[in-house]
Amino acid sequence: MVPHMYRVLSRRQDLADTVTLALAPIDGQIATPSIGQFNMLWAFGIGEAPISLAGVDDDVVTHTIRGVGAVTNALCAASEGDQIGVRGPYGTGWDLDGAMGRDILVVAGGLGLAPVRPIVTRLFARRADYGRAALLMGARDPESLLYRDELEAWRSRLDIEVEVTVDSAQRSWRGDVGVVTRLIDRAPVEAANTRAFVCGPEVMMRFCAQALVDLGVPPAEVFVSLERNMHCAVGHCGHCQLGSSFVCKDGPVLSWAEAEPLLRIRER
Amino acid sequence: MAFLVGADCLDEMIASLRSNGRTVIGPAVRDGVITHDQIESASELPLGWTEDQDGGRYRLVPTGTDERFAFSSPSTSWKRFLIPERTLLLRARRSNGTVAVVEPEPEAPSVAFFGIRSCDLVALGILDRVFLDSDATDPTYAARRPDVFIVAVGCNRPGNTCFCASMNTGPTPTSGYDLVVRELHSEEGTEYLVDVGSERGADLLAGLASRPAHEGDLQRADRAHETAVASMGRELRQDYVPLAALDPDHPRWDDVAERCLACGNCTMVCPTCFCSTTEESTDLSGTEAERWRVWDSCFSLDFTHLHGGSVRTSTKSRYRQWLLHKLVTWQDQFDTSGCVGCGRCITWCPVGIDLTAEIAALAVPAAATDLGGRDV
Repeated sequence: MVPHMYRVLSRRQDLADTVTLALAPIDGQIATPSIGQFNMLWAFGIGEAPISLAGVDDDVVTHTIRGVGAVTNALCAASEGDQIGVRGPYGTGWDLDGAMGRDILVVAGGLGLAPVRPIVTRLFARRADYGRAALLMGARDPESLLYRDELEAWRSRLDIEVEVTVDSAQRSWRGDVGVVTRLIDRAPVEAANTRAFVCGPEVMMRFCAQALVDLGVPPAEVFVSLERNMHCAVGHCGHCQLGSSFVCKDGPVLSWAEAEPLLRIRER
Repeated sequence: MAFLVGADCLDEMIASLRSNGRTVIGPAVRDGVITHDQIESASELPLGWTEDQDGGRYRLVPTGTDERFAFSSPSTSWKRFLIPERTLLLRARRSNGTVAVVEPEPEAPSVAFFGIRSCDLVALGILDRVFLDSDATDPTYAARRPDVFIVAVGCNRPGNTCFCASMNTGPTPTSGYDLVVRELHSEEGTEYLVDVGSERGADLLAGLASRPAHEGDLQRADRAHETAVASMGRELRQDYVPLAALDPDHPRWDDVAERCLACGNCTMVCPTCFCSTTEESTDLSGTEAERWRVWDSCFSLDFTHLHGGSVRTSTKSRYRQWLLHKLVTWQDQFDTSGCVGCGRCITWCPVGIDLTAEIAALAVPAAATDLGGRDV
């Protein structure tokens, strides 16, 4: 339960309230994470917050953090060279390896692009292992698009379909306007042979998962990543309980077949 | 093989445990209630006391006898001796931008639980599943639990809020102890039937004055057990439990939410509720930091706080979470119920909410309630 200390290698201000930190171990380090897992990041004297991995590169872990409370604001305020505690990795990951040869559909909303980013980068690294692939991205407006440079680079590739939609935009916007579920119907994949990975606000995931199932993707092949307020991350503190699951260890990644009954009941 | 001992022997047991370096925790009268505290001799046991317990009610009542174990569920459970209300998780110091973290060695006090009842003993087994048998072991719990010397006690006088018989968790301890003591009270006096559950229990008893129990002693103990089973104040019908979980929008959830104060008393006194939160603080200079684990309750609004608000904002949803976790989803997680029938959550609820009554009401489909179904 004691964190390893990491050093901030680099800090990038993504959005007004959102920062990406690359962290390198100082002495000891965490076990190699799987994509989709999360770490507990510790701001000295303030506390811990569960943050999903936005990237893993050798020993360096990358996290994208939105400042919404005392801990995340302190993490966002870290400068290069500062020390941050890391313990983890925790929870279930995205099973991309199990979908080789199949079509891959990644759907992200807002900050939800961060946890699915390692899926996209791994997909590019092993592009030949998979069938057709698409990333569908939704955001409030063009200004709140996460990883915009990366999105533009991905969009220029010819081996993956990248669609971006925003809720509202100025005339200069050339992409779609509307909710991300609308992109699902025209995703260039064969639904019955697709594995889908969805991450975003819970309401967005609910609608997207339903749209994917309506399209013909089996519920067991739709994966979502749930957010709860993990304190311990090992199933002992009770905060992240959802039905019979502790989201910290039974999640955060669950198939829609598992998640749908859990989310069906309001305020469960 | 069982033995019969006199009241003096209880004192000798405690003295022997203490001479082995153990702190003995036992039931004792403190501040108008029977609670668990450090005791130094058998004279501190609640001799001549029982309780009047009911929904939202607790009073000490004299028995006029020399019984020492005539009470039912003490006001607090034993969990605080294994997962203390506050536990230091780490200390850290920051100087010149470098953070050094120290994980404190978990305290491992050598203790004996003297006079633990069957329901509470089963509760320890449930906590074992949470903190020892799950994917992650809790260092604090693991440092304390295995060494605890357990002198269990048979329960002769279940309270008005007790329902261990219907949970199949009592009233007589069946396993998990070093010694078990059963009080045999009659006009002629009070004696104790002692059974051995472990080698170290046998060692302790070997040094004390006892005689092998006669058939008549065993029969007296059996009769006491039967009387206790028959005098349970409450019953939780196990066949109602899955029915009660069927309708998350059953009007009874709204009804109980109207009464529930969301104070969390039930979770504090519950022998198996294990939720916690973490608190972090620094000294004034900001160079020293500490992180503490503190008991928490799923009844608090911020328990499920995420940015943008809590997941469970209504009292209805929080009561539902607590009750259905305790009785239903606990089964999925830990292969046991989370309830042992001790009745504390009924006694210590300020408004006397009775989970056995709630389950009975929830087990009747809402439509049947409208048509004048079972009145509870």
